[in-house]
Amino acid sequence: MLLDLSIRELQAGLAAKKFSSEDLVRKCYENIAREQPRTNAFITIVDKETALKEAKEKDAARTPSAPPLYGIPFVLKDSFATRGIRTTCASNVLRDFIPPYDATVYRRLREAGAILIGKMNMDAWGHGGSSENTDFGAVRNPWDIERVPGGSSGGCAAGVAVRMAAFAIGEDTGGSIRNPSAWCNTTGLKVTYGRVSRYGCVAYASSFDTVGPMGKSVEDCAAILEATAGNDLHDATSAPVPVPSYTAELAGAESFIKDKTIGVPRELFGEGLDPEIRASIMASIDVLKGLGMQVKELSMPLFDYGLPVYYLIAPSETSSNLARYDGVRYGGDRSNFTEETMRRIMIGTYALSAGYYDAYYRKAQKARTLFIAEYKRLLSECDVLVMPVNPTVAPKVGELMADPLANLLADVYTVSINPVGVPSLAVPSGFTKAGLPIGMQIVGKMFAESLLFQIGHAFQSETDYHTRAPKV
Amino acid sequence: MTEQFPTPVIGMEIHVELKTKSKMFCGCKNDPFGADAPNTHTCPVCLGLPGALPVPNRKAVEWTIRLALALNCSISMESKFDRKHYSYPDLPKGYQISQYDQPIGHDGYLEIGEGEKRSKIRIRRVHLEEDTGKLSHKEIDGENVSLIDFNRSSVPLVEIVTEPDMRSAEEAKEFGKKLHRIVRYSDVSDADMEKGSMRLEANVSVSEHTEITEDNLPPYKVELKNINSFRFMALAADYEIKRQREARARGEKIPQETRGWGEAKKATRLQRVKEDAQEYRYFPDPDLPPMRFKEEMVASIKKSLPPMPDTYAAQFVAAGASYESADILTDDMATAQLVAEALPLVSDGKIFINWFLRNRDTNAALSAADLAKRFADEKGSKVTDEAVIIEWVKTVVDENQNVVAEFKAGKESVLMFLVGKVQKLAAGKADAQVVMRLLRSQIDQYTRSSVAR
Amino acid sequence: MNAQMPELSISDVKKVAALASLPVSDALAEKFRPQLLSVLGFVGEIGTLDTEGVVETSQVTGLENIYREDVVEESSMFTQKEALQNAKRTHNGYFVVKAVIE
Repeated sequence: MLLDLSIRELQAGLAAKKFSSEDLVRKCYENIAREQPRTNAFITIVDKETALKEAKEKDAARTPSAPPLYGIPFVLKDSFATRGIRTTCASNVLRDFIPPYDATVYRRLREAGAILIGKMNMDAWGHGGSSENTDFGAVRNPWDIERVPGGSSGGCAAGVAVRMAAFAIGEDTGGSIRNPSAWCNTTGLKVTYGRVSRYGCVAYASSFDTVGPMGKSVEDCAAILEATAGNDLHDATSAPVPVPSYTAELAGAESFIKDKTIGVPRELFGEGLDPEIRASIMASIDVLKGLGMQVKELSMPLFDYGLPVYYLIAPSETSSNLARYDGVRYGGDRSNFTEETMRRIMIGTYALSAGYYDAYYRKAQKARTLFIAEYKRLLSECDVLVMPVNPTVAPKVGELMADPLANLLADVYTVSINPVGVPSLAVPSGFTKAGLPIGMQIVGKMFAESLLFQIGHAFQSETDYHTRAPKV
Repeated sequence: MTEQFPTPVIGMEIHVELKTKSKMFCGCKNDPFGADAPNTHTCPVCLGLPGALPVPNRKAVEWTIRLALALNCSISMESKFDRKHYSYPDLPKGYQISQYDQPIGHDGYLEIGEGEKRSKIRIRRVHLEEDTGKLSHKEIDGENVSLIDFNRSSVPLVEIVTEPDMRSAEEAKEFGKKLHRIVRYSDVSDADMEKGSMRLEANVSVSEHTEITEDNLPPYKVELKNINSFRFMALAADYEIKRQREARARGEKIPQETRGWGEAKKATRLQRVKEDAQEYRYFPDPDLPPMRFKEEMVASIKKSLPPMPDTYAAQFVAAGASYESADILTDDMATAQLVAEALPLVSDGKIFINWFLRNRDTNAALSAADLAKRFADEKGSKVTDEAVIIEWVKTVVDENQNVVAEFKAGKESVLMFLVGKVQKLAAGKADAQVVMRLLRSQIDQYTRSSVAR
Repeated sequence: MNAQMPELSISDVKKVAALASLPVSDALAEKFRPQLLSVLGFVGEIGTLDTEGVVETSQVTGLENIYREDVVEESSMFTQKEALQNAKRTHNGYFVVKAVIE
């Protein structure tokens, strides 16, 4: 199928006029017609005629020097401001909100010639790991529609998995790109904090939020990041660090990663980890070993504190970030928040209030310093860390929502990365006997995206998990 | 009653809008007063739209340092922005970006009054924040509503907080005026009270102690807010002092509250009772990297500051001006600068200053050189030509032989009498120094010549 | 320092809700109370971590002194229509809310 091709292959086909952008866009809408009713991955689908018109214009204006994403259809998590297209963040609060401005990442993709197909369902405000905490109906996992796709960028992962677009832009605050990537068998990157501008991305927890690519392969993610990364004068926390040519650096990846060391923190493979997932990650590590990489067992004694740090700082920041939704300038009033969002706001408000600030918020910010030191130490003993993305396979719809605490525990392997800021690449690493996808994270030093891509790309050259799509 | 609570304790909080071209955290035009229509100087950032992010205005930060230095503050070399949370319709994000524990300036002071009444008002902090939108109130179809205009939202705003060091309404007024002057000298704000680009708040209480220390501050304070002139501020503070003295003398507990000034009734009136201690949930704004200032940068800002009113006033007083005259001359910097530049060019500073003040309106438009010349022309330039003066001197010596004799006998003081006689002949235009020198030599010569005779 | 099970009465829940400007009914407060307690108990584990002498980190970029120059950016400014387009209630170019008294 056309949309199974990589972005590079698509671009080559477009350049050779084997097919047109219009063909690609039509294919997206065919898939949407079939898969949207099953998955509920979209919140807003761009009017088909509008998208086709844009595709035709792109086809007509195409030049031999068209950039890599030119004429390629994509989707955005519904947390990005898109001028003239509603942005709901999956909340009734913003059900009718039409942004009068564009998020930087969206602007860059438009300038690169990519074509927006729609805005994807998610956990409202990023509050969740299952894409059930949404006012637009839960998203279903295309591998098993009784199950959740993960979250919060669940619509993006489900959408890419069933090829309703060539790629997606997600947002990761505590695992929101990696978690659904793993459960939907897509590839996703949580970038180094500051690598991609957050301007126009509805804030969940500002010091954790990252905007990143979600796609069918590492190679695709490299191309997407190349087009979207870079300093932005509208985001004071965006990094004034040059953007490498991630795709070019994939060439010769296998020779480059040889003799690089993988660190495996033993605490992450203990109790609570599904044995099938454990086996899958271990087998994947063997694949990497086969590529000439060294493996080192390491210890991460702080691991257990990752969740408390995350679930103190993120709610604190979200209680502040969501204070603007008062229904005066836009949107509905605060009675429109879901109970999950209200709980997070209340936990954060509590942690920041006088008398509790020191024991909760300040304490967590100190613990965060320790986590940064911990990761620094670990990543001085190896080049990258490898760990599972999720402790379990995708749960059934409704399971996580029943227990707010269980909901938190599902993020145990992803949350401690964001307070530190380092990048983490989630790649498909196998399937359970029941045929459910499993994901592995490769975690690197700040701004080490290139190395993560090289390892991930080499891994995907040796394996075919990422090429498998759910049966339709 | 006054005896029971003799000491007013007043601290002030002053907000000053900086006159940068653009707003504090976005590129919108900073000119809420000049906007054509409401909500036209707005963008995603100052409207608090989902996803918008703040980026601080470099000039606003530099100007806050400048103002803090003008107020004799120490600068926090490491500083940052914090979020201050409260909910109000004119506050678009539900929090105000402000500064909590690392204000740009701290521990400064400002001196007011003269002589024995001279006192130092300590400044606790000078910090930078963003202004809110502006509310107005209206009745639409029988319903009372508030209208919001966000043109003012995120205009850079400096907050200056004093220690409770003022002991009378008069001092509070004087402090306000002095601060206003320093803000204007620093050239960072229009500081227009009418337009609200400078806003005063006073915290007033009365104490039973005569000496106020950190440890015996009154257990309450009443906040006087929304007062747009120094005069009303003084009236309101005076009223409050009297009201509180009477209430406390009756044994009443004065609640922590906010009051405004009602000009019609010449009385303060309750605006809001503060029930709970405010719970602002400050934390460092994760959208804004911290600031670290370099010594050289602060030094160069300090160097760029013009002399402050006190410096000019001291110069004028040294030249013979009264405190009142010096005060008037330093009201605006252009005048102070002009007079200071002209002073070395004129022969008598004191006469010059008095003359300047009598003709202030016409004088203010001149350059220092032109001013000195005009002064000389009008007051008559001093006759310094010795050939002319010696004739007057000879006449006076001839006609005042008795006095000359007294002088020769050692009575130095009579010399001034003779000088006066010469000036009478010269219509006051003779150079006093030349007159004295010629008188001495003439008396000397006269004596010798008379002996020879 | 050991984590302590926090105390949280219904009135505390209501107080926090009020501080966060959330409309939480008595019934919802009843429902939230045990949920919040279990989360607070869980995150309270942080109290068992020794952070003596550790400084706080509130952001990870290591950036300092990031400013914009004082230049008006006309292209980002809204027309009045754009500024108001999502508001439920407007009047003569203003946003409108029920009267607030200062």
